[in-house]
Amino acid sequence: MAIDIPRIPLGDWIEGGLNWLTSEYSVVTRGISRVTETGINFLNDGLMWLPPWSLLAIITALCWWVANTRLAVGAAIGMALIWNLGLWDPMIQTLTLVVIATVVAVVIALPVGIAAALSERLYKAIMPVLDFMQTMPAFVYLIPAIPFFGIGSVSAIFATVIFSMPPAIRFTTLGIRQVPVELIEAADAYGATRGQKLVKVQLPMSLSTVMAGINQTIMLALSMVVIAAMIGADGLGSEVWRAIQRLRPGDGFEAGIAVVILAMILDRVTQSLRKSGK
Amino acid sequence: MSDNRNVKIRVRSLSKVFGSQPKKGLELRDQGLKRPEILDKSGQTLGLSNIDFDVHEGELLVIMGLSGSGKSTLIRCLNRLIEPTEGEIVIDGENIPSLKEKELLECRRRHFSMVFQNFALFPNRTVRQNAEFGLEVRGVAPDERRDAAQKSLTQVGLEGWEDAYPNQLSGGMQQRVGLARALANDATVLLMDEAFSALDPLIRGDMQQELLALQHRMQKTTVFITHDLDEALTIGDRIVLLKDGEVVQIGTPEEILTKPADDYVRRFIEGVDKSRILTAESAMRKVRSTARHTDGPRTALRKMREYSIDSIYILDQERRLIGLVDADSASQAYEQGKDKVTDVMTQEFRTVKRDEPLHNLFAMFHDNHFPIAVVDDDHVLQGVVVKGAVLDELAQAGEQ
Repeated sequence: MAIDIPRIPLGDWIEGGLNWLTSEYSVVTRGISRVTETGINFLNDGLMWLPPWSLLAIITALCWWVANTRLAVGAAIGMALIWNLGLWDPMIQTLTLVVIATVVAVVIALPVGIAAALSERLYKAIMPVLDFMQTMPAFVYLIPAIPFFGIGSVSAIFATVIFSMPPAIRFTTLGIRQVPVELIEAADAYGATRGQKLVKVQLPMSLSTVMAGINQTIMLALSMVVIAAMIGADGLGSEVWRAIQRLRPGDGFEAGIAVVILAMILDRVTQSLRKSGK
Repeated sequence: MSDNRNVKIRVRSLSKVFGSQPKKGLELRDQGLKRPEILDKSGQTLGLSNIDFDVHEGELLVIMGLSGSGKSTLIRCLNRLIEPTEGEIVIDGENIPSLKEKELLECRRRHFSMVFQNFALFPNRTVRQNAEFGLEVRGVAPDERRDAAQKSLTQVGLEGWEDAYPNQLSGGMQQRVGLARALANDATVLLMDEAFSALDPLIRGDMQQELLALQHRMQKTTVFITHDLDEALTIGDRIVLLKDGEVVQIGTPEEILTKPADDYVRRFIEGVDKSRILTAESAMRKVRSTARHTDGPRTALRKMREYSIDSIYILDQERRLIGLVDADSASQAYEQGKDKVTDVMTQEFRTVKRDEPLHNLFAMFHDNHFPIAVVDDDHVLQGVVVKGAVLDELAQAGEQ
């Protein structure tokens, strides 16, 4: 039922704002676009250049080094299955997007998280923004990404960074705020400056929590990168997308299982990194 | 006695109000209101009110009070971990509350080391790196701070543990690291915030003794916070007694025990203050060794050495007390070739009967450091009382 007052044109305002941003800052968006694209191509080509067996061996060795033999064996079997299914190249494309999106998200999130931990005002300002970023349905970010960066991987990265950044910020802030008051007092009592306190006490003490946030970011990035197939991002997501359009559940599940394997490897590796402190 | 020593820290009319309108709290205080009324009227908590005291150079000052007395707030005001609301804290001519941020950092680095109740060691740093922390933030060169840390770790008996992490150590050892961190810094004042309260009683007693030994060696000005009267009596040169954010009494352990300022102190030491019914007998120890009137100085010296004592009582055939000789005069006599200890013995000691009230013994220790001899009606030696034993006895009585 409509109410009597005129409808607030909220959507129009947002669109107007976005259009203005797109036209005014096209130089900026085009620049970002070019840099990101170069990065994506570089990493993608690099990973593709390695023969599958050697990348498989590297990842297995990495799993064994940071975690244990069980994970290494599991990772080897999983990767071999992806290779066997003919999903190797899409998997590499997905991995590339996840890695780049995560790096960008973390590079932005760490300083913001630290600043929010140290300033109560910034903390209060930033928390609702994070809530907004996290609860807004992920698909919505895809729409403005297209006018900004066009169809393709750069838009996917943009949407993924926005969607996956909040946990890295939150956990960084949380980690620093959780450092026991006594340790802060001890640092203060011995005359540490703010910088010394941060570098010598707060950051090392919050490392494990920050890593937990990065783990979350990676997981969210992976899920978003798959969804971003809808705006033309290559990778496992586009395999799923194609399977939907052709109504081929078998293909869909194969690609889906490849996503699960990739997710489990990324998750276990980052978790072990956190626990072992390597 | 301690008043003619130099004043290291002068605290004058120091007050702290917790809350959003501290001035309001102070106004109400000046109108004569007490802590609960101020809280009711204004929502401000009066943490400390008009605190005055001095810390003398080289003394161990204990600030004692129950929880809520403001003692933790007080020690944190000294190095401004908590901002005082008003008042002066002057250390070597600098008024700490009026320092700018940079000057404050400098002042903390130069003047204050701190030991915390729950150790507050950095779990990601080794024992050595913890001990180096103060020097590290000061920008001391790695070699130099390593040496200083090593020295202080040796002082607290932790050599061999340099590369361990705090969570690998027992509570007592962790607090030794805390102490080493404070000593390595070589600040002029050592602040100890309930430093031994988290330790179990046996370890605690050891740490108290070690602190006393360190204090004796280094003469470091120390402010020690505790809620434990026993601890305060054992280690304090002087005690500042706090109640509800105000000073109730300042004095030596003896003064607090014998001349309590008011009913609060009296109740506080009530358990302890059994001195009026306790007698010399209760604090009396068996004599470890005595010399005979026929002994030569060499024999007396040997007995003293054997029992690690520095004076010995001399008895006649009937075990009657006839004098005392200390190690110095005995060795002089030996060098001068005298062959009787009775030639060099002194009468400069106190004798009491078994039923002498314990509190009377305090005064006797003021002008005389020899153990007090306890004798019976025939002047036969029954035992001796040493200074520490009097306090021990009182403190133990307080626990019951």
